[in-house]
Amino acid sequence: MKRLELWLYIAQRGSALVLAPLVLLHLGVILYAVSGGLSAAEILGRTRSTMLWPAAYGLFVVAAAIHAAIGLRVVVREWTHWRNRTLDFAALGFGLVLLLLGLRAVQAIA
Amino acid sequence: MRNHASYRAFLVHRLSGLGLALFLPIHLIVLGLAVEASALDGFLRWSELPLVKAAETILVVLLALHMFGGLRLLAIELLPWSDRQKNWIGWAAAASLAVGAGFVIRTFA
Amino acid sequence: MTNASLGTLKVEIWRGAEEGDFETFEVPSQPSQTVLDLVTYVQRKLDPSLAYRFACRVGVCGSCAMTVNGTPRWTCRTHVQKVASSGRVRIEPLRNLPILKDLATDMAPFFDKGQEALGRFVPSDARASEVATIPPDDPKRKEANAAIECIGCGVCYSACDVVSWQPDYLGPAALNRAWTLVNDVRDGDRQGHLKAVAEDAGCHACHGHQNCVEHCPVGLNPTRSIAGLKRLVVMAALKGEL
Repeated sequence: MKRLELWLYIAQRGSALVLAPLVLLHLGVILYAVSGGLSAAEILGRTRSTMLWPAAYGLFVVAAAIHAAIGLRVVVREWTHWRNRTLDFAALGFGLVLLLLGLRAVQAIA
Repeated sequence: MRNHASYRAFLVHRLSGLGLALFLPIHLIVLGLAVEASALDGFLRWSELPLVKAAETILVVLLALHMFGGLRLLAIELLPWSDRQKNWIGWAAAASLAVGAGFVIRTFA
Repeated sequence: MTNASLGTLKVEIWRGAEEGDFETFEVPSQPSQTVLDLVTYVQRKLDPSLAYRFACRVGVCGSCAMTVNGTPRWTCRTHVQKVASSGRVRIEPLRNLPILKDLATDMAPFFDKGQEALGRFVPSDARASEVATIPPDDPKRKEANAAIECIGCGVCYSACDVVSWQPDYLGPAALNRAWTLVNDVRDGDRQGHLKAVAEDAGCHACHGHQNCVEHCPVGLNPTRSIAGLKRLVVMAALKGEL
């Protein structure tokens, strides 16, 4: 792909813009929910109360899968000798695994 | 040569990112257990162990560091240059530690 | 001028090319001595076969940059007193460039990348037309002004870890130069400059370590210039203009 690195950079920063408010929300939920211990009933009671939770976490999962896969690819390229096409496919695979695991988790709490 | 704040901020961002990327699959697999509430509860009981609590605190701090540090990078790259950008490193670190402290207080309170 | 009471310095100098070793010389200390003075003393008095590069000796030409105690510096304006901890100075060639001999590196990759980044002025007007008037307080003029005093010494390129991790990366100096040109209203190929720095080894590879900012001997801020390029390149890419 022409200018692959530039487009990956744009996807990286774009996903970061989406992630920033979601991570803030997530940290808020963690700090709120962790008090007095966690239970499945409490977590699911909250996430199943409205479709907004699964929707927000669905978006979170998509953005995180993109962001983590691109970030990991850069780290491997710069800190190891692995930098050919196979790395691109491995990073893509990592992103897809995250996406599938994430969507499965969102489905479980929906 | 690398003994200055921006380079340290880079290292923190990269290492926290690496940590989060490796943790994320595990986190998502565990959440997938929620289909069966009892399985999730089993895991959550395990997560009450002090050592696991300590690891969780570290993860929360890593997430906060990566997010606040990332906001600083986005500000540098998307907004016009500000010579105050060096101070943002301190603010990001302070905010992350505050989140970590908040987590510890809420967990044990 | 010789002041024997100041004692001597142990000066370790890289000898050889990519393969080589350090050779230690004893050099008498002098008041206000620069690192370049040390090297010159060794070459003139102790070993005439020592290869190094310099020209102006006053911080204008940018040819005498070397690695001094692990840090890239312009040696003609670096006082020994500032860098010599415990009377030892270790002098190596610049990092991230092929070593020709001793302290002299092959600067070709550095200057080639300047061209690759289209770091040269592209005329937009005929020679006979009037000189363009640019008000000094024009925002673009100010941006260009802040980045324009580069002496091409290669210190930032040598300090940059992204260059050592991604050897194709254009580097701080080339990108900084491109930034001055996209802000030059007289330049005739703004699009060409943006295209050049949007290639795979272009501006977006910068991680903002700011080693370049920390080490630039003339106090430039390549990170700021590169951030400016990133914004322009992303906007152009999203608009489909690249």
